Amino acid sequence: MGHFEKKSADTQQDIPTSAMPDVVFMLLIFFMVTTVLREVTLQVQIDYARAENIEKIEQKRLVSYIYVGPEKLQGNQLGSTKIQIDDSIIEDVGAVQQLMYDKLKEEPRLIVSLRVHDETEFGIVTDIQEELRDAGTLRINYSTNQEQ
Amino acid sequence: MFDNKRDREDPEVGGAGMADIAFLLLIFFLLVTTIDVDTGIGLQLPPAPEENQEPPPIKERNLLNILVNSQGMVLIDEEPTPVSQVKQTVKEFITNRGQNPELSDSPDKAIVSIKTDRATPYNVYIDMLDEVMGAYAELRNQEAQQRFGVRYSQLEDESDEQKAVKDEYPKKISIAEPNQ
Repeated sequence: MGHFEKKSADTQQDIPTSAMPDVVFMLLIFFMVTTVLREVTLQVQIDYARAENIEKIEQKRLVSYIYVGPEKLQGNQLGSTKIQIDDSIIEDVGAVQQLMYDKLKEEPRLIVSLRVHDETEFGIVTDIQEELRDAGTLRINYSTNQEQ
Repeated sequence: MFDNKRDREDPEVGGAGMADIAFLLLIFFLLVTTIDVDTGIGLQLPPAPEENQEPPPIKERNLLNILVNSQGMVLIDEEPTPVSQVKQTVKEFITNRGQNPELSDSPDKAIVSIKTDRATPYNVYIDMLDEVMGAYAELRNQEAQQRFGVRYSQLEDESDEQKAVKDEYPKKISIAEPNQ
């Protein structure tokens, strides 16, 4: 009787890696597209206050920030307390109303997030709140970090 | 002479390093991407007052006056209170349901009024506000547990259940005009 020789399987045993660059490029493009680099250069010093009962704001598009804190001067010096909106220092609190009103026109569901240095006196925040009331931007948020 | 050109390599750019380049870029983007979700204490400001508009009359008992003065002391209805006690005091005030004549009639009539001085330190104000929010959060959690057996945070947004709990304990926080 003749012996039957078993055919050896001639299939490749390894996963082809030739498409790896394409996969990585896909991921890369995804990250490049979804990354929002809307960095504001802070001109005021802000150390966040801490709180326990805080909420997350998921809709980043709706948020605009007002920064309040001591102004950063040259050589790590800190000046007097100033207000910063977007990229510029606001000298006069009265200007806040117009700025925020314009933003509210663009985005009716605007949330104003106040990022205030934790040793600021509250008077300036009160002034800003009055301005916001006049502007009609009533939803605010005091930015704080999670207390551990 | 110079015709030993048989073993010259193909003039092609090697595609093998492509993956590594892409990986490096990917890692770079992963590192520099900051997805910072803004966290904080949300609040709804009262609308700007109309001209010559009288504020609506509110019974004194339904109003809890919290004053944070310039020394960073918290006074609740003229009573100096340590910040750690604020939550308890607010909870007692809200859940009084007409028993103590000094405190609120019912949770939906209870209003927490917050007043500050110009020189109030911001972090004390935030600590105090945190406590007030904590009081409401605990009460809402209790209510959600009793009614639906789940935490308040687990109720779906805009659902009827969440609305029911919110109606039971509405957050009524008023920002009073500051002392000049």
